[in-house]
Amino acid sequence: MERIYLDNNATTIVDPAVRDALDPFYCHMYGNPNSLHSYGIEVRPYLHQAMEQLYAGIGARDEDDIIINSCATEGNNTVILGIYFNLLKDTRKKHIVTTQLEHPCIRESCRFLEQHGVKVTYLAPDRDGMITAQMVKEAITDQTALVSVMWANNETGLILPIKKISEVCRDKGVYLHTDAVQAIGKLKVDLSDVHVDYMTFSAHKFHGPKGIGGLYIRNGVSLPPLLHGGEQMGGRRAGTVDVPGMVAMGKAMELANAHLAYQNTEVRRLRNKLEDALMKIDDVLVVGKRELRTPNTVYVSIRGVEGEALIWDLNQNGIAASTGSACASESLEASPILTAIGADKELAHTGVRLSLSRFTTEQEIDFTIYVISKAVSRLRKLSTSY
Amino acid sequence: MAKSDLIGGELWEQYSKKVADRMNNPRNFGELTEAEAKELGGKLVIANEGAESCGDTVRLFWIVDTENHVIKKASFKSFGCGTAIAATDMMAEMCIGKTVDEAAKINNLDVEHALRDDADVAAVPPQKMHCSVMAYEVIKRATSIYRNVDISTLEEADIVCECARVTLQTVEDAIRINDLKSVEEITDYTKAGAFCKSCIHPGGHEKREHYLVDILARVRTEIERERNPEKALPDDFGKLSVVKQIKAIEAALDAHVRPALARDGGGIELEDVQTADDGTVQVSLAYQGACKGCAGSGAGTLTFVEHTLQKEVSDKIRGLVV
Repeated sequence: MERIYLDNNATTIVDPAVRDALDPFYCHMYGNPNSLHSYGIEVRPYLHQAMEQLYAGIGARDEDDIIINSCATEGNNTVILGIYFNLLKDTRKKHIVTTQLEHPCIRESCRFLEQHGVKVTYLAPDRDGMITAQMVKEAITDQTALVSVMWANNETGLILPIKKISEVCRDKGVYLHTDAVQAIGKLKVDLSDVHVDYMTFSAHKFHGPKGIGGLYIRNGVSLPPLLHGGEQMGGRRAGTVDVPGMVAMGKAMELANAHLAYQNTEVRRLRNKLEDALMKIDDVLVVGKRELRTPNTVYVSIRGVEGEALIWDLNQNGIAASTGSACASESLEASPILTAIGADKELAHTGVRLSLSRFTTEQEIDFTIYVISKAVSRLRKLSTSY
Repeated sequence: MAKSDLIGGELWEQYSKKVADRMNNPRNFGELTEAEAKELGGKLVIANEGAESCGDTVRLFWIVDTENHVIKKASFKSFGCGTAIAATDMMAEMCIGKTVDEAAKINNLDVEHALRDDADVAAVPPQKMHCSVMAYEVIKRATSIYRNVDISTLEEADIVCECARVTLQTVEDAIRINDLKSVEEITDYTKAGAFCKSCIHPGGHEKREHYLVDILARVRTEIERERNPEKALPDDFGKLSVVKQIKAIEAALDAHVRPALARDGGGIELEDVQTADDGTVQVSLAYQGACKGCAGSGAGTLTFVEHTLQKEVSDKIRGLVV
């Protein structure tokens, strides 16, 4: 069966050009970049090149740092725990502001700090699923050390007003961290325009390999390492660098930015086509205003159709999507997004996310539209609530 | 932990072929009508059941022969995930040809067994066991409607774990007879808590009336009290020096409270002791580790700690979480 991948907010296909870029570093140029000999020497220019691509990709200045690490979960933990050791533990700063929309790696590391006496505010989104700069402003106290707000949301694709939030944080003298995992490759991320202190990202969300990520730290902002050991990454993150991964992430970043216009036009057009077709079905709710979302994402709630049952039917037809339905997890909590926008309990179990990429074709979208309408009518025939 | 737990993420590949098949092609779905009931010479029964917390709802239709109470036809509708659809479909099928009394005896474990490909391999992964529970509950509902009796008359004794159908009595007996000291042991002995895990402590997939952590704490306290009935309580505890009060409380926490909390990764510290004018002794406590922020620690655990201190030290003690 031909398969269609519409779960690109979970992970993405590695761009063949990225694979070509990393391939030589397994069996040919396999030296440790910290070695003095020729094996180390021949590798280093490629790491410099990757750094150039990454710095250019996010608009970082040379004096800023991009720490190469294993993933955004590592980066996010480094920031949250680092702030604890730097500030929260021994100064009168005892507070973090974050949101209910964050990835579990932010939420759980904040919960962990709560056990050590840190106070954490988890901002609830408004009825549009959004966090505003005003909410952040009101949550900041004189004890606040860090604000951590994602750039774009994984479920809905909603783009958060990071620039405005960054202005609030600068005014208040509070560090700002943003998890940009869902932003890179989908919209312009330019740190010369947006003043953040820490930013995290992960290559596999923009057609790079899994297991490699980056942590941006603005010049002059301190942060102790999470991994202690050798002098890699200037001592900010010990451990031998994943050379193929780093080279691949650099290439993936370059390609991601080169395709931003395509994302904004073609991917957006296909997403809109899919979304328009979904909206033609009765009793369908799409979360978040279209113009406020990343161009590749649609989060849809179809009344009477349980989320896991729908993605089961899609999977039977070779289509990969994901659900926020509580039924598919061990936890009782329904998606905070659907709860926030005031969707009723039943709707909270119907959320399905479809996320496209620059590899998605029009044919795939047409077939998906056909399969979804078939699945919806089958499941609604079965349903007590439709 | 096991190797497969480290990889995790498995769900659909653990469904039996029968489950997958019935998700794709349920045999007994749709509505039955009064007209059909008339045609078959039976009574139409429509029962609704829904677990709001889970988001699943199910509607069961029966046509019952009022002469011999045999279910001639059964069908369902369901808002739920695939396993809920498959379990309800199987349940409806199992009702057909049975009398209402016989059908009322079908439980979720029977349904799950009927969905197995291999008699020794579960049809669904543990976290999906609760999806078949509603299939069972809706039969009870239909039976009560058919007999025109209140559903509570059909309920079994207090069920602690719906997935494994373990009663409160069974759990209490298992703790007492085997002198169990942890939730893991209760699960090993009774299977309660082995599946969706909602009944272990608050905050799981579904809200429950009883939680294993609370039952364990309560029964353990009862056991200890029965074992040491003579233990003398200092009746003027409030008049002791603060140092002596603290020592007695710390000793009781060490002996009876901290080991129990440590098993769940938690702990407790004594923050303050104050004797009020009326002779009650306010003991301020702070939770550590996993107890912190645990939904049960404000209520169930505090009750356990307070009861223990009252029993072991003085009935004048009042617990307070800071």
